[in-house]
Amino acid sequence: MFESLTDKLNSVFSKLKSRGKLSEKDIKSGLREIRLALLEADVNYKIVKDFIKSVEIKSLGERVQKSLTPGQQIVKIVNEELVQLMTCDVEEKPLPKNRTSKLLIVGLQGSGKTTACGKLALHYKKNGYEPILVAADVYRPAAIKQLEMLGKSIDIPVYTEDTTKVTRIAKGALKYAAKEFRNLVIFDTAGRLHVDEKMMEEVEDLAKVISPDQILYVADAMTGQDAVNSAKEFNERLDLTGIILTKLDGDARGGAALSVRAVTGKPISFVSVGEKLSDLEAFHPDRIASRILGMGDMLTLIEKAEAVFEEDEAEKLQKKLQKNLFTLDDFLDQLRKMQNMGPMDEILKMLPGSNSKLMKNIKVDENEIKHIEAIILAMTLKEREHPDIINGSRRHRIAQGSGTSLQRVNQLLKQFDQMKKMMKRFSKGHFDMGKQMFPM
Amino acid sequence: MSIVSSLKKKLAKTHNSFIKRLAEIVQLSGRVDEELIEDIEDILIQADLGVSITGKITSRLEEQIRLQKLSKTEQVYKALENIIITILHDEYKDVDAIDFNPEEKPYVLLFIGVNGVGKTTTIAKCAQRFKNNGKKVLLVAGDTFRAAAIEQLEIWAKRIGVTIIGQEYGSDPSSVIFNAMQSAKAQSYDVVLIDTAGRLHTKINLMRELEKIKRTIQKHISDAPHQVLLVVDATTGQNGVQQAKKFLESIPIDGIILTKLDGTAKGGVALGIKDSLQIPIKAIGVGEQIDDLKDFDATEFVKAIFE
Ligand SMILES: Nc1nc2c(ncn2[C@@H]2O[C@H](COP(=O)(O)OP(=O)(O)OP(=O)(O)O)[C@@H](O)[C@H]2O)c(=O)[nH]1
Ligand SMILES: Nc1nc2c(ncn2[C@@H]2O[C@H](COP(=O)(O)OP(=O)(O)OP(=O)(O)O)[C@@H](O)[C@H]2O)c(=O)[nH]1
Ligand SMILES: [Mg+2]
Ligand SMILES: [Mg+2]
Repeated sequence: MFESLTDKLNSVFSKLKSRGKLSEKDIKSGLREIRLALLEADVNYKIVKDFIKSVEIKSLGERVQKSLTPGQQIVKIVNEELVQLMTCDVEEKPLPKNRTSKLLIVGLQGSGKTTACGKLALHYKKNGYEPILVAADVYRPAAIKQLEMLGKSIDIPVYTEDTTKVTRIAKGALKYAAKEFRNLVIFDTAGRLHVDEKMMEEVEDLAKVISPDQILYVADAMTGQDAVNSAKEFNERLDLTGIILTKLDGDARGGAALSVRAVTGKPISFVSVGEKLSDLEAFHPDRIASRILGMGDMLTLIEKAEAVFEEDEAEKLQKKLQKNLFTLDDFLDQLRKMQNMGPMDEILKMLPGSNSKLMKNIKVDENEIKHIEAIILAMTLKEREHPDIINGSRRHRIAQGSGTSLQRVNQLLKQFDQMKKMMKRFSKGHFDMGKQMFPM
Repeated sequence: MSIVSSLKKKLAKTHNSFIKRLAEIVQLSGRVDEELIEDIEDILIQADLGVSITGKITSRLEEQIRLQKLSKTEQVYKALENIIITILHDEYKDVDAIDFNPEEKPYVLLFIGVNGVGKTTTIAKCAQRFKNNGKKVLLVAGDTFRAAAIEQLEIWAKRIGVTIIGQEYGSDPSSVIFNAMQSAKAQSYDVVLIDTAGRLHTKINLMRELEKIKRTIQKHISDAPHQVLLVVDATTGQNGVQQAKKFLESIPIDGIILTKLDGTAKGGVALGIKDSLQIPIKAIGVGEQIDDLKDFDATEFVKAIFE
């Protein structure tokens, strides 16, 4: 699914060739694919509709950067918009250490609350807090035992009480924390459906008794369209302070992240990436955005291309290519720039369409580039500008001067020729480089 | 009011409201048009059917509307319902339900799925059904990994009044299962229900572990497990298809049990699983209590989609 989506987008985007400003047609066909990508990633369909509309307005008339194709430009806008949506402007205040902070963990059944409680306890313990865990799930068989086992494994006390009244447990736990000078109390609650009136009332009452510093909603990253319904209700009832997104160690595209964020307006505070208690990470809006788009590689490439090729330089290069003035010096320059972008095979892998079988067998030898450099440097300036004049005897001289072989010099000149053709296509927005670049 | 009857009520309401909407659209334009199709598309997407199967359904519907000149709301709905039911049901099978009165003995059922979907709870519900039919039931605590997974199953076993076999945490699930199979035969149990740890389909070593579990079971009974049931959470989005695909690479799957349908999620991803992998839905979970398991009913399922 992942590959085919990227391929599909590429094929649409490679058809878009217009330069200058994004046309309405470019945007429409690009956004159609983006819409499908978002739906496939489980972003709620209503949110997708709003999102596409706003991107459409933003992209209309936008100038296409020289180093990008119109398709890439649209992906760039979409990505920036997604990242912005996922980014929270208000910085979260760290919990104070000089008094008892309280965290209330809530969510649907099986989303990963109890595990998250253990993870948070470990996280805050590492950061110098002294947490306790409170078992306020009195329904699920062995829920208390589960929390006790987790607490024991990280050496953190677990407060339990033999009652079904969760508010009583909470009061007892707060007293215990005060007595033991614990500055962080983490409450695990039972999984509940947002439509279960009795259970929602229970957790509201619990929140009133605790008056927590944070109420964190635990959401499964694999959740589909329904993510908005539950998150919305929990947020309306409890005024959540944040979200923990779990099970991101799988291959779900995680559109629920956007849905939940959009519908609650609350930040994603942590992500959970495994069953071990150490598997808790900070949230990175850019990572989740590219995951949702399913185009992480293309996005990385866009960023790198942007950083390395400045606008006017790209323009100059393009003109040179069009007028056939691309020299071996330029070639060397480009090679060096591409080297700056990272290891060659990785760059090639990042190019759209690189999932195709063709690209899979390409291996670029970094040493090869050093040879190329030596060869070009052994040429006269005139030779570099007009490779056509490099005849047999010149080739011999260059081979000797560079400490390589005649064969290598011949190979380079052939590659240069192919590179020129390839660059020309690259500049036109084609990305099917195939094997031509370094046929080794 | 019991959950089942409230669900029924909800289903009825659901159905009526969609029919009403359909009627409005048809009346407004006097015919079935693009707007209607788009509306249907939204409903199907919202129910987690996914883009591709939604497209398939609506294009089939459009074709039928055109060829059969459907113009009445009820006709359109009926056609739509039929298209979806056809996907859900194999023509040559009457029912997909789990056989709670099997002839083989011991009848072995293996429950698998990603984390937190409801495997252990579903096993308890099934155990109760078998017990109600007078079967001698053995539960196997094959999840030796998750904190208190064994105690969780133990508590259910006690409540239902059936036997449970397990070992300590961290032991090889296959070893637990090997012993259990031996006991099942020696003490002539009728039914063996095997719990497994939740595992993401992307974890290759855990998928290998499943293959080993299957081989272990087959050392005792060559045609077991008689039922391999993939438990899928109804709130799951399109990743559900990927889950089923990857699990299927390690073990043949007989059916899906779709849990948590008592919420507002429709579980439409199960349709995608059926369509692409031919795995039928066998039962649904509609709550956390022991009797909250129902046989799958395609018509009811489709009605619930059109809330
Ligand atoms: N792979 C993976 N599994 C996780 C993650 N977080 C939790 N789990 C697993 O998901 C399952 C459910 O986790 P719990 O912590 O019991 O979930 P819960 O929300 O407390 O469940 P209830 O109390 O029954 O509502 C367990 O098998 C956990 O090990 C995660 O980030 N990745
Ligand atoms: N509302 C509702 N909750 C359910 C249903 N089935 C299971 N649950 C709840 O979902 C949570 C997880 O159920 P488990 O049976 O522990 O899930 P599991 O798949 O065994 O979990 P792991 O072993 O941790 O992977 C529990 O809180 C169950 O009570 C259902 O049909 N409806
Ligand atoms: Mg729990
Ligand atoms: Mg379990």
